[in-house]
Amino acid sequence: MRQDHLITATQLSRDDIEAVLDRAREVAADPGAYAGRHAGTMLALCFFEPSTRTRMSFDAAAQRLGIDTIDMGDVDSSSVSKGESLADTVRVIEGYADSIVLRHPSEGAATLAAEFVDVPVINAGDGAGQHPSQTLLDLHTIRENHGLDDLTVGIMGDLKYGRTVHSLATALTNFDARQHFISPESLRLPRSVRFDLHETGAQVREHDDLEAVLPELDVLYVTRIQKERFPDENEYHRVAGQYRIDADTLEAAPDDLTVMHPLPRVDEIAPDVDDTDHARYFEQAHNGIPVRMALLDTLLENAEAAEGLEVDR
Amino acid sequence: MSEHELRVSKIRDGTVIDHVEGGQALNVLAILGIDGSEGLGVSVGMNVPSDRLGRKDLVKVEGRELSQSEVDVLSLIAPEATINIVREFEVVEKNRVTRPDSVVGVLSCPNRNCITNAEEPVETRFEVIADGVRCDYCSTVLRSDIAEHIDV
Ligand SMILES: [Zn+2]
Repeated sequence: MRQDHLITATQLSRDDIEAVLDRAREVAADPGAYAGRHAGTMLALCFFEPSTRTRMSFDAAAQRLGIDTIDMGDVDSSSVSKGESLADTVRVIEGYADSIVLRHPSEGAATLAAEFVDVPVINAGDGAGQHPSQTLLDLHTIRENHGLDDLTVGIMGDLKYGRTVHSLATALTNFDARQHFISPESLRLPRSVRFDLHETGAQVREHDDLEAVLPELDVLYVTRIQKERFPDENEYHRVAGQYRIDADTLEAAPDDLTVMHPLPRVDEIAPDVDDTDHARYFEQAHNGIPVRMALLDTLLENAEAAEGLEVDR
Repeated sequence: MSEHELRVSKIRDGTVIDHVEGGQALNVLAILGIDGSEGLGVSVGMNVPSDRLGRKDLVKVEGRELSQSEVDVLSLIAPEATINIVREFEVVEKNRVTRPDSVVGVLSCPNRNCITNAEEPVETRFEVIADGVRCDYCSTVLRSDIAEHIDV
């Protein structure tokens, strides 16, 4: 990865992804070797939307590298549009920090932020857009369980608004992976993501239900269907109920199926799945630390190298 | 059909944009940012019979030679347009519009949740793709309905 921002999964080549995941493996094997590697630097956590785990995950990853963090605190997202522009906010924060992690309710926010600052910007979610650092930890989890070749992945739930889905589907086109998209008609992949998949020659195989494809899958990636996506509550309950899994559902799955979820889950994965060998979503969440350490390490290294070049000139 | 029959006067110096798809003349002016306040002489012909297009529009701008980069963005709504540069009543240059790589500050993003629709100090920027344009910020793809999103 030669860039020093991580904005969308489309910017990631197979080499970029493997380089970060190789480093994540090294970090996981010997975290002590990375302790204090970036001591004396500062990371700004800018969350314009509520988040606990992504924010904590970046915070913990940063601290393990010796990076201090500053957090702008909770922002009521409804007030964002009335306040200072994002362009101004990030230009102010650039003066405090050596890198910025940004979550924002508008699509394209991280792209915009990166245009206004010179420090690395990591997109930790932009509206219904992208969430590429989640994708890196998702891929790490898949790689450690199955490898990334000759893979069949089912992605189920809210594919329209699910930013983790958008980034994962795009990133998987770098690998020898067949993708199946399982969702209600109204929540299928948006045109923008289809466009990226078609550009790479990937096939978009869509299904209304899981049953037919479940026996073929190596990985089942489940996402939450949110109530707000439906005009009335009855419709929500009727539709969402069809995209829940429990231990019985998984009777028909291959023994080595890996079930993943970006978390938090509500009821789309029943607690009885936790006790099966399929459940990998807690492992997946834990992988956030080594992967985000590897990511921060890579981006800061690139930024320092770029700065070095400027000084030499 | 001669220029005379079009009942649109000849211009001395300036640009004639011909073979614009019928109904797009005002969008052409909008994209070019010409609204009359510049004091330029502008004449517009609408739904003029045309061999090539059936019905065409045409736009004449007196006193301003439009550059190729200015007119290329017209290819999004008027791909058949021809650009005639006129000096002393003579056409001295005749060009077609070609598709640009990107379109900056001309279209508004149809995605209401796009950061470019918030109060941010940026111009919209769209990449021109085979069958439409795509927002550089939120990746929204815009195909047939480009003219509805002209924002100038
Ligand atoms: Zn947009």
